Amino acid sequence: MSELLIRTRPIRTLKQTVRILVMVATTFLGLLLITFLIGRIVPIDPVLAVVGDKASPQVYEKARIAMGLHLPLWKQFLIYIGNVVTGDFGTSVLTANPVIDDILRVFPATFELAGTATVIGILVGIPLGIFSAVKQGSFLDHVTRVIGLFGHSLPIFWLGLMALMLFYVRLDLLPGPGRVDFFYEGIVTPVTGILTIDSIVAGEWEIFRNAVYHLILPASLLGYYSSAYLLRMTRSFMIEQLRQEYILTARVKGVKEWKVIWGHALGNCAIPLITVIALSFGTLLEGSVLTETVFAWPGLGLYLTNSLLNADMNAVLGSTIVVGAIFLGINLFSDFLYKVMDPRAR
Amino acid sequence: MKKLFLFVFALSLFVIQTTHASTPKDTLVMAFNIDEIISLDPAEIFEFASAECAANAYDRLINYNVDNVSEIYPGIAESWDISDDGLTYTFKIRKGVTFASGNKLSADDVVFSLRRVVLLDKSSAFILTQFGFTPENVKKTITKVDDYTVKIIVDQAYAPTFFLYCLTSTAGSVVDKKEVMAHEKDGDLGYGWLKTGYAGSGPYTLRTWKASEIIILDANKNYWGDAPKLKRIIIRHIVGSAGQRMLLEKGDIDMARNLTADDLKSLEKNEDIKIQKRAKGRVYYLGLNQKNKYLKIPEVRQALKYLIDYKGMEQTILSGKSTLHQAFLPKGFLGALEEIPFSLDIEKAKALLKKAGLENGFTLTMDTRSAEPVTSMALSIQSTFAKAGIKLEIITGDGKQTLTKYRARRHDIYIGDWGPDYMDPHTNADTFARNPDNSDDAKFKSLAWRNAWDIPEMTKKADAAVLERNTAKRARMYLDLQREHQRISPFVIMFQDIEVVAERANVKNFILGPSFDSNFYQYTTK
Amino acid sequence: MMTHKALKTGGMGEWLLADTPDSAFQAWAGRAYLGLMAFMKNRLAVLGLLIIAILIIIAVLAPVIAPYDPVETNIGNRLQPLSFTHYFGTDEMGRDIFSRIVWGSRLTLYVIGLVAIIAAPVGILVGTVAGYFGGIIDTMLMRITDIFLAFPKLILALAFVSALGPGIENAIIAISITSWPPYARIARAETITIRNSDFIKAVKLQGASALRIIAGHIMPLCLPSLIIRVTLDMAGIILTAAGLGFLGLGAQPPSPEWGAMTSSGRTYIIDHWWLITMPGTAIFIVSLAFNLLGDGLREVLDPRSDN
Repeated sequence: MSELLIRTRPIRTLKQTVRILVMVATTFLGLLLITFLIGRIVPIDPVLAVVGDKASPQVYEKARIAMGLHLPLWKQFLIYIGNVVTGDFGTSVLTANPVIDDILRVFPATFELAGTATVIGILVGIPLGIFSAVKQGSFLDHVTRVIGLFGHSLPIFWLGLMALMLFYVRLDLLPGPGRVDFFYEGIVTPVTGILTIDSIVAGEWEIFRNAVYHLILPASLLGYYSSAYLLRMTRSFMIEQLRQEYILTARVKGVKEWKVIWGHALGNCAIPLITVIALSFGTLLEGSVLTETVFAWPGLGLYLTNSLLNADMNAVLGSTIVVGAIFLGINLFSDFLYKVMDPRAR
Repeated sequence: MKKLFLFVFALSLFVIQTTHASTPKDTLVMAFNIDEIISLDPAEIFEFASAECAANAYDRLINYNVDNVSEIYPGIAESWDISDDGLTYTFKIRKGVTFASGNKLSADDVVFSLRRVVLLDKSSAFILTQFGFTPENVKKTITKVDDYTVKIIVDQAYAPTFFLYCLTSTAGSVVDKKEVMAHEKDGDLGYGWLKTGYAGSGPYTLRTWKASEIIILDANKNYWGDAPKLKRIIIRHIVGSAGQRMLLEKGDIDMARNLTADDLKSLEKNEDIKIQKRAKGRVYYLGLNQKNKYLKIPEVRQALKYLIDYKGMEQTILSGKSTLHQAFLPKGFLGALEEIPFSLDIEKAKALLKKAGLENGFTLTMDTRSAEPVTSMALSIQSTFAKAGIKLEIITGDGKQTLTKYRARRHDIYIGDWGPDYMDPHTNADTFARNPDNSDDAKFKSLAWRNAWDIPEMTKKADAAVLERNTAKRARMYLDLQREHQRISPFVIMFQDIEVVAERANVKNFILGPSFDSNFYQYTTK
Repeated sequence: MMTHKALKTGGMGEWLLADTPDSAFQAWAGRAYLGLMAFMKNRLAVLGLLIIAILIIIAVLAPVIAPYDPVETNIGNRLQPLSFTHYFGTDEMGRDIFSRIVWGSRLTLYVIGLVAIIAAPVGILVGTVAGYFGGIIDTMLMRITDIFLAFPKLILALAFVSALGPGIENAIIAISITSWPPYARIARAETITIRNSDFIKAVKLQGASALRIIAGHIMPLCLPSLIIRVTLDMAGIILTAAGLGFLGLGAQPPSPEWGAMTSSGRTYIIDHWWLITMPGTAIFIVSLAFNLLGDGLREVLDPRSDN
């Protein structure tokens, strides 16, 4: 992801905006092409998946034509683009629902988890990063860096299982798998799909508390990974800023040290930091695949894993496209931020 | 910075003082692997978990006593008559039954439900169509006499219990015609809707099904029989034994359904947990493809039967979860053979291989679903085969992949399990001992066909047994059939499944029947 | 500091640290030497390198080090706790976990080695061709690179594995497909700076073909930065492969791949902690080692850049 970040330069003119939009569109098309091709090389017969293996050759042929599989590949691809753009990813074999409905149902759970994790990542990673940059080379700087490196080295599924063992089974401090205690499930009607919000809307405070309680462990784990990344980025941004002449000038002028750090220096890394935060949210979507498996968290990651293990290709490719599209969106968003918020970019 | 830490500290205090709530008194929460469910339409249901759901949400025409399978008792059909020629069955339908929707149940619904199974022709339809019903003739064979009488004509004079047992299976569930047809689309008989919907009259109604996540059942207020004791049943999909056990020991669930032998053994020490067991009809076996040049040699087949560490597996990886069984009819069925002729005997196997001129060994592959206990069994078999010089390569895949290959007869050895579809012995004889057409494009594809085992003689014997109306004589016929099967078949039948449920000590009367479609929640209390 | 001074007076050290090097090679060697000195001062990076060296030794000597066969089962001896006969205990099939981890190190190296061998050449080829020719070729190749970059790595790898079927080879292919784009970007950036240098112009004047220039002159110059980048990616590759193994989509049983071992050990986490702790720790230590090494390398090469 970082490569894209480096590439994103401030947008100055309308022409540039158009160019970026074209780039996003072609990238999205490429994304569709890849998923389309993956769908073609799968050893599973898509017709058989629909008609069942008892169907007669006539029924089979009819279904094949109905699915457009007799057309040349490029035509099939065009149809595929049309379908995806209108939100039609086909029907999931596993759930018997349209894939788009499934994704809309499960995505809020992932959003809730990854969002909370990002907040935790920001609250922990950025202060620690600033601290490391200011006290560069100190013992604490080294400790922080090592903790950060651990975050890049620990297999998240393993850490999750270990944490569950410790905090749930042994210490009994935190709840076990799931988004909420199971007997609370199905009580709150989904409005946003984000349980902590829905439970407040429904006035079910017990469920709200329970949901928050269930969020802590998986969100903290993902948050740790996010903070490891944010810490490293913040540290390097801050070190660069603190080397600048204006910082020296401010210090010479007698501006208080905390103001120099939290005001001047941090203010100047705000834009790149926000971009990095947006990107880290994207990586968390990815991390959620493994975390959700460990915590039986019914989000997009678990949906994707289940579909994968059951060779439910429509669901797999649908989820892939959605996550890819979110990634693209995040990149676009960070480009946009430069334009709106960075005065130098105007 | 300090403020932030204080805030985090306060937040954690708020959380930590939250006490551990146990599950509510009127709700049963269980962890169960339900990712195999692809449909909840009784005309299609063919998986364990969905069959269990349907058993509690739908009523069937006839039921059998779970403690004594030979005792059949009325369900939606109050009584029945069989004509002297053994072809016509007349059912009196129970009055005063209403569906959960409020609609009254009558002969129309029964006829509709049975015809629907035949017309939709999904994977479980053969349970009914084997009696000669076809989409073309159902209008004549399954008919309404009056509002509370149904007449069914079968194509041959089968043993009566055979047909009656088939009606006790999920395919014999009665669905609400009005409700289903209200959701019909393009003449699909409401299939698209009922796949995820509900239109039954059972003790529980389906509130929610989210595939691979959760099923919630609520007590049916309109239920005609004994009112269900618990208000709600929550079935949560939890992968893995360890996860289920954690939740059970912590009291976050009342029941765990998929624990491994190891976890069950550890739970025996826990006083808060009790363990309930029931032998199920499922058998574990190896299918030896007769298209393979080694496996078609009788001595090789025989040798392989001596190269399995039956006792070792039973005591370790399967401990308490399966019991040694080597015939195709599981214990509990009419005519089940309980003799155990085979055990691990490497010398004997080597001698047999030498006789076949294969003492220098050869290589075979085995398609294995990557799920316990099958993977562990495969590894054990691999090591005992090796002792006689047979190199076994294990090819793992998910259930669908291995099954697709098996169905196409492209395997060497397939390790799998087979669960009976209904409680009559013909269900297993039909698949293990019948293969009317061994050609690649045969219409009837039994397990014998999948292993390319051409057995015209044995097929005839199995056909004769299903038409025998004298029960004792019929049982003897099956015993003989199984002995012969044990001797020559390309099936290494190894174990019979035992279903084990671990539950909190306060859970009572969770009824485990001999089959998954006879596990009942109705009488369960907490 | 002592050695530094001592070297300065001696022949080799003096040559390496000469203020005015006589040849390009001497200058390069001098820079490398200084880099090495800086690197050696970074104790963590040295530790990382040491662990990787040990890993390689273990992998090479696996048959000697491992006391038992990694796949042969012995059901009678299953789930044994740590002891002097089984240092890390035994697993659910009675296999010695220590031996499995030792043999598993080969698989780990196999995965990262093959990914590097597949992804790096693809990346370098795409990057140098794009950078050298520029124009429409550059635009098109970079567009393709961007498309792959736009996907989250693990999810794209999952989609590919689902199409190819589970297995360690397919996992390697899937990871490779998702790994080459950053290498292409780096190679392209390097190529653009090299392309207009005098020596390339000289070679061009001699009538060398584009192919020869790219293969013979540009690619070798891209190698150092690429190797560093690949090292930096190793930890990520290890974690992705382990993640695929954990989901049951990577290496298949009974192969002693660490991720797959973690996955099967998960069933026994409550009573038999060693089944999951040992392979998990192995993954952690090795990926940490690569991270430490990568971190050290980065610091030596460019103390300011952190990405």
